[in-house]
Amino acid sequence: MTAPSTNTAKPATGILALLKTAFVNALIALVLFSLMVGVRTEAGSDGQLTYWTRFGELASLVAAVFGGSIVIDLLRQWIGPTGTEKLIPPAVQSGMSFVGRYLAPALLIFTLLVPVIFYDQRYILDLAILVLTYVMLGWGLNVVVGLAGLLDLGYVAFYAVGAYSYALLATNFGWSFWVCLPLAGILAAFWGVLLGFPVLRLRGDYLAIVTLAFGEIIRLVIINWQELTGGPNGVSGIPRPSFFGIPLDNSDDGLAAKLGIEYSTTHRIIFLFYLILALALLTNWVTIRLRRLPIGRAWEALREDEVACRALGINTTTTKLTAFATGAMFGGFAGAFFATRQGFISPESFTFQESALVLAIVVLGGMGSQLGVALAALAMIGGFELFRSLETYRMLVFGMAMVLIMIWRPRGLIGHRAPTVYLTQAQAISSDLVKEGHG
Amino acid sequence: MSGDTILSVDRLTMRFGGIVAVQDLSFAAERKKITALIGPNGAGKTTVFNCITGFYKPSGGTIRLSHDDGRTIALERLNDFRIAKQAKVARTFQNIRLFPGMTALENLMVAQHNALMRASGFTLLGLLGVPTYRDAEKRAIDLATDWLKRVNLLDRADDAAGNFAYGDQRRLEIARAMCTEPALLCLDEPAAGLNARESAALSELLLSIRNDGTSILLIEHDMSVVMEISDHIVVMDHGVKIAQGSPREVRDDPKVIAAYLGTDEEEAVAVMESGS
Repeated sequence: MTAPSTNTAKPATGILALLKTAFVNALIALVLFSLMVGVRTEAGSDGQLTYWTRFGELASLVAAVFGGSIVIDLLRQWIGPTGTEKLIPPAVQSGMSFVGRYLAPALLIFTLLVPVIFYDQRYILDLAILVLTYVMLGWGLNVVVGLAGLLDLGYVAFYAVGAYSYALLATNFGWSFWVCLPLAGILAAFWGVLLGFPVLRLRGDYLAIVTLAFGEIIRLVIINWQELTGGPNGVSGIPRPSFFGIPLDNSDDGLAAKLGIEYSTTHRIIFLFYLILALALLTNWVTIRLRRLPIGRAWEALREDEVACRALGINTTTTKLTAFATGAMFGGFAGAFFATRQGFISPESFTFQESALVLAIVVLGGMGSQLGVALAALAMIGGFELFRSLETYRMLVFGMAMVLIMIWRPRGLIGHRAPTVYLTQAQAISSDLVKEGHG
Repeated sequence: MSGDTILSVDRLTMRFGGIVAVQDLSFAAERKKITALIGPNGAGKTTVFNCITGFYKPSGGTIRLSHDDGRTIALERLNDFRIAKQAKVARTFQNIRLFPGMTALENLMVAQHNALMRASGFTLLGLLGVPTYRDAEKRAIDLATDWLKRVNLLDRADDAAGNFAYGDQRRLEIARAMCTEPALLCLDEPAAGLNARESAALSELLLSIRNDGTSILLIEHDMSVVMEISDHIVVMDHGVKIAQGSPREVRDDPKVIAAYLGTDEEEAVAVMESGS
């Protein structure tokens, strides 16, 4: 932090300026709300237009804006201008770095213990499985968006390919989950390469549009290819996963009977929990590993400067394709897991909203940061459940929370990049320097 | 031109629509020598560079690179990344193109991508952590460390390249290009924006690179650098070659002075004669 002393807090601007800002804000609110709130129109019993005014509500809204503006200004003066990190006392700073260092292991240990702690709470276990699925999807997409800097809006396509691969192979040929899992990953990676080829020359917005279209194409093909995929009816009766050949059911051959314990449906849930945890950790391990290999460094270099990459003899075509394929493969694994967990899949599960959600997780987490993506998935999926009691206002509160987080941390929750190799000491690199990539 | 030629450009022409940026340019660069390409702004120097390094496909003419082992490569037929990979031509950019969010060491590791890819068995062996890859990585780090030492940036190896001062970024970019172990190093205005002390250090660095056996092709505006280190100078103006020779010959060439001063040849001669 070598910021010059210009960052010192400005003297409190006068009360007059404060009131002036508040007045302007209130005026804007008055103009905005006078029609939206102030006048209420409705069709009367005979179809004629009836309207009545609601000046009380309007006045309270404007007053709220006026007061809120003053409060925000005061808070701003109290906290000081943005970027005054050095105002944080050293004790708090060292405490934060301590938390930062042990957060990931602590989270991992807690996650491992979730089925033990919440053994009887089916709802929490189901939610945890859902969160872990999105953690895995986020980590998978992180390879493409966070590391290689290729904006992919159609990631759900690979999730769908993985899910349908397992569903169709299992229902038609009776192949087991453990055979289909790698196949689902390979097929998704294959589609990743297929998508990669036409979009290689595209950058930025154009790449985003084509990947978005690709996601839609996959979904439309699934809907319309009735003979194979069952169309909108989906595929049902997808086999549940077995514990390496031993089914997890109430039969005499089931795991419970073999172990001589009483059968419980929770066993299967816990098995699914550890299965997705293992898959997510595999994704994480491979990604961390790849980052330290030449291919991972080439991905990050591609995000930083594609022209320089080519000047250094890096084949940007294959580098991009491997990023797409790797990300797609993990999406395929997650898709196969999704299919076996649900037992039923239909095209409705693979809409653009899913792609947007996973992308939001990656962006919110801090592009390229594994821990950030995990935290973001927890916040997005878990947080969304937290607001369930708010019913109608759920989406509103959730959206506002996201906007606030992006104002507070514009580069995501974890805004640092860790170097992949170092001589003496690994220093975190400020995200201000790290590029987002151009496509 | 005598001696051992590493790069020979023959009747190179580059057109952008109706504009002819480079016309029938022929010159040669000698092995283990520093060849400078100079000329006023807009003379087409960077276009020639982009043709040599494959960022442009020439409209006409040939560019031949002959290696130590007798291989001759037609650069005009190769893609940009293959020129760096197979023909071993490295380049820097007029506006520095480092990887700003990566450390200096990482920048130099990315430059050794192709060698490391082979060593990591195209990622598969590396993923399993085989010892041969670890050795290769160690060697790559050693090479990078050597270059950081040579450009005097060793103590900043773990800092983000984007945080470096301008002159340091220039030197790091040269180090990065050298980590690809090139036969021909192409530098696009390496002294631009450097102060006198930094320019002197740069001249020394380039001479040491040449003495270690790498041929250098250089675009430069800083005449103190060009005149001091170049073995051979090619002067361009408006897309054509107007003069070439040793620094002394070029310095005294009235055509060159006319091009730089923007006057007629006769006037330049008159100026020179009255001055001497």
